[in-house]
Amino acid sequence: MQFSEQWLRTFVDPQLDSAALGHLLTMAGLEVEEADPAAPDFSGVVVAQIVEAEKHPNADKLKLCKVEAGTGELLQIVCGAPNAAVGMKVPCARVGAVLPGNFAIKPAKLRGVESFGMLCSARELGLSEDHAGLYALPDDAPVGTDIRDYLGLNDTLFTIKLTPNRADCLSLTGVARELAAITDVPLKQTLVDPVAPAFDARRAIVLDAPDACPRYCGRIVRGVNAKAPTPEWMSRRLVRSGIRSISALVDITNYVMLELGQPLHAFDNTKLEGAIHVRFPREGEQVLLLNEQTVTPAADTLLIADERRALALAGIMGGEDSGVTLETSEVFLESAFFAPAAIAGRARAYGFSSDASHRFERGVDFDLARTAIERATRLVLEICGGEAGPVEEAVAHDHLPARPAVRLRPARARRLLGIDLDDAGIQSLLERVHLQVARVGEDFHVTPPSFRFDIELEEDLIEELARLHGYDNIPAVAPQGGLMMLPSAEDRRPVWDVRHALAARGYQEVVNFAFVEDAWERDFCANERPIRLANPIASQLSVMRSSLIPGLAANLVTNRKRQMDRVRVFEIGRCFERKADGEPVAGFHQTLMVAALAAGSAQPEQWGERSRQIDFYDVKGDLEALFAPRQLSFESLSHPALHPGRAATVRLDGHNIGILGELHPVWVQGYDMGSAPVVFEIELNAALASVLPRYSEISRMPAVTRDLALVVALDVPVARVLQVLREAAPGVVREINLFDVYHGKGIDPDKKSLAFRILMQDTQRTLEDAEVDAAVAALVRQAEVVLGARLRGSGE
Amino acid sequence: METLDQLVQEAEADFAAAVDGAALEQAKARYLGKSGSLTERLKALGKLAPEERREAGAAINRAKDAIERALEARRTALREAALLTQLAAEALDVTLPGRESVTGGLHPVSRTLERIEGLFRSIGFIVADGPEIETDWHNFTALNTPENHPARSMHDTFYLEGHDDVLLRTHTSPVQIRAMQDHVARHAGSEHMPELRLIAPGRVYRVDSDATHSPMFHQVEGLWVGENVSFADLKGVIADFLRKFFETEDLQVRFRPSFFPFTEPSAEIDVAFMSGALEGRWLEIAGCGMVHPNVLRFGGIDPERYTGFAFGMGPDRLTMLRYGVNDLRLFFEGDLRFLSQFR
Repeated sequence: MQFSEQWLRTFVDPQLDSAALGHLLTMAGLEVEEADPAAPDFSGVVVAQIVEAEKHPNADKLKLCKVEAGTGELLQIVCGAPNAAVGMKVPCARVGAVLPGNFAIKPAKLRGVESFGMLCSARELGLSEDHAGLYALPDDAPVGTDIRDYLGLNDTLFTIKLTPNRADCLSLTGVARELAAITDVPLKQTLVDPVAPAFDARRAIVLDAPDACPRYCGRIVRGVNAKAPTPEWMSRRLVRSGIRSISALVDITNYVMLELGQPLHAFDNTKLEGAIHVRFPREGEQVLLLNEQTVTPAADTLLIADERRALALAGIMGGEDSGVTLETSEVFLESAFFAPAAIAGRARAYGFSSDASHRFERGVDFDLARTAIERATRLVLEICGGEAGPVEEAVAHDHLPARPAVRLRPARARRLLGIDLDDAGIQSLLERVHLQVARVGEDFHVTPPSFRFDIELEEDLIEELARLHGYDNIPAVAPQGGLMMLPSAEDRRPVWDVRHALAARGYQEVVNFAFVEDAWERDFCANERPIRLANPIASQLSVMRSSLIPGLAANLVTNRKRQMDRVRVFEIGRCFERKADGEPVAGFHQTLMVAALAAGSAQPEQWGERSRQIDFYDVKGDLEALFAPRQLSFESLSHPALHPGRAATVRLDGHNIGILGELHPVWVQGYDMGSAPVVFEIELNAALASVLPRYSEISRMPAVTRDLALVVALDVPVARVLQVLREAAPGVVREINLFDVYHGKGIDPDKKSLAFRILMQDTQRTLEDAEVDAAVAALVRQAEVVLGARLRGSGE
Repeated sequence: METLDQLVQEAEADFAAAVDGAALEQAKARYLGKSGSLTERLKALGKLAPEERREAGAAINRAKDAIERALEARRTALREAALLTQLAAEALDVTLPGRESVTGGLHPVSRTLERIEGLFRSIGFIVADGPEIETDWHNFTALNTPENHPARSMHDTFYLEGHDDVLLRTHTSPVQIRAMQDHVARHAGSEHMPELRLIAPGRVYRVDSDATHSPMFHQVEGLWVGENVSFADLKGVIADFLRKFFETEDLQVRFRPSFFPFTEPSAEIDVAFMSGALEGRWLEIAGCGMVHPNVLRFGGIDPERYTGFAFGMGPDRLTMLRYGVNDLRLFFEGDLRFLSQFR
């Protein structure tokens, strides 16, 4: 909400400057978002009257004016404005004035004629963009008065951001009430004397939906001049509150809303027929609104209707056909209370919001309607003339909001806030914000006023106390607690270890959006039915990702465009899939995954290493290092994202935990990734599990090694050979490690040679040669039988 | 015939003239070899009278010692010289760059989250996690934000197509509910429920995108429920955290009344640095408050017996302030030129 400081100070005027006042409001929960001066800095400009205006002797477009500017003599001023005319009152910057932008006014000669000052447009004073002519002031503007005083320009426009619970501050009275409470300075309420009816005509009011509208006041005012100008003081206050001045009648309703907080509506009384009904819509009913939008109100949208038709959306917006115009001579004023629940969310459903709906859905003082209609009537009579009938008020007392007393236990308030405030202090703070406080035993019973909609619980009162006591005055203490150590599981490492391990191996962490293009899901995951957002912000961010890999691939593409060809990135994030019995939210599987991508050269280009492109085994090594000392196993895999011959399922302890592979050449080319990146994606949980070390005795006996080269068919996986050897290995065999793979000259083209180093050792004794030879022979035999292998060099 | 002294001098000169090991050995042979001059003299001793022999022998042995010392000295000198030559030949250009393998790094927001976790763990907070596709009930209803509550309009929520009751969580606060329910269940049988102290970092989603808003961003939820937790404790913990996080006492922290459906009283937390580029400006970095009794009830906790505070802070914002980043969007663009600055 925006308002003028000057206007606020007519209600409550604490001895504080604008900045201090703004700070107080902020610290009371009415956050001041902006505090802007009403006008830029300038000085020396006064109200002046043009006494003579003649054509400039040497210029067609200039005028030579004689101006009365309060100096006791006529000033000669040359002026180019087309509207300069004798008798007109205008702002005049006298010699010595300084205009916005530090523009000093000095005596000057214009086309050979002397000029002692400058007559100003609104733009030259920084008041608006209007530069069509001089700023015409009202005829009664007192000549010689400083224009800043006359127009009240030494004002600050405050914009406050109100939280939804503080609807009571959506008016000048409300803000003033709050300011009075926190500064303990008296509040000057707007006193409204009821207007005595001049005639008896009234329009009947029927509350068809009393729970939605329990109070409605209406009044006829006749003989008004709708064309009467809005007084300057009123339009100034409206404009400084961010509301455009439209016509006197509309301005008055807006003014009273700003002043008191009660939204009003003015109907053209001649366009109404019979009684006013406040009711819910009938089938197919339509309303043409003031914003020229035609709506078919939903069944739960409250209407104002007469006996013939629907007129307006109650508490939201008036109708185009029944509102006042400049031709209106007979007004029907509406001042009503609509229940927040009957208004909340409705305007939004039609795609707009209004000042009225904003207030009603948060809660308008339900005892305010009559005061407001009297205030508006008085202003109509004052500004537009005419005479008023009696106020017709329909009330359903049972349906007005209840204000039951709320119990407050002072001890609980002190405990919850951690402050030391005695009971008397508590009572006095509550009474400052117009809460009625009664002592009942140890407790207070506190009754909120009709303008507060946010006080139903003890905590609501404690919040009031905190606010009024001042958040700054609540101490900040180091909390006391029983010192207990947190559990620390050694067989599970923190996610930070995974991040640091990957970073140490050269991978940079990225954070990508969880919503992606559906093409990515189709291409990389063969996901034709992704989880779709109902309201994405953009089509390329419309589906929830089921894999982190496409995002990493996109990181590669964008970085390549920025000439970064060597890319190693990883991400830890959730992947989303449909799953009927998903936990903890049924219908969805949302697993934290860790994925990495590497592309480009294996090492940065350098003098000491030969340049080489990253390959499958580099990334496999990184993955194995991440899990060490636990052993992963790998099996060939077919996956839509991956090269069919270079893709593996990653297994740990008999479970599939992820995938590893080179991206499929089709996507490498299609997405312009340059050289083929290698990726892995693993369940984070598997990477977090770790093993508790367990000591096993170190043998003091010498170890014996033997090398063994086996020739097997090219398509036999090494893992299979190792498995066969390990299963066949006698107890003395400690380790079997592959140390060479050879395929080429000297070997059948469909065969390969695998060289293993066998380490043998006993814990108790030195092995004998015969034993060692027998062990090796057993391994060879098993490989021959199971794998069709033969010992290399043992003849073809 | 030369005197023994002359012989020693001669040997010393010969040794000194030897430029390498081989030459030295040849020179040695001339004196100490089988027919070396000193050896010859020793052989000649036998011809002397026994009484002369003794004295002459001692003299020859002194000369022999002297020559051997000279020999050893020369050997050492030559060895040292050879080593020096070898070392000189082996010298490297120490300014050539080391064999390089580039390390990666954590995302800047991860750095912040790791620090936040560390600070809160040091006063006994555990780390909790919750789903990102969340039920409407956990995200709103259980947080005291019923349908049509004006506070719902403060969040622009992403919903999933074909589901009315699930959404992308708009804040990490639903973790409060899940954690309280778990905590209550875990201690169901016991007389005394221990305090619940947790933080819940994670990604959250709102329909908003510009220079200062990202449709996905991070939050860290904090919750402390116990029998005597007060607003003063909340102020103490937050102020302590901010000073430790920014590693400065040169920081003002302000709690400003605000409104959230799930806390009451509620506050926005602003910080202002007392020096540096942002000196004197209040910067909003978190929302907080005392857990609303309805929320405690939804979590299964009796609000009469227990009180608690909760906060939700923006680690993205904290990261920007800490490292001087001026555009939130940089965090989510995967640009290595940006990310690699935080290694």
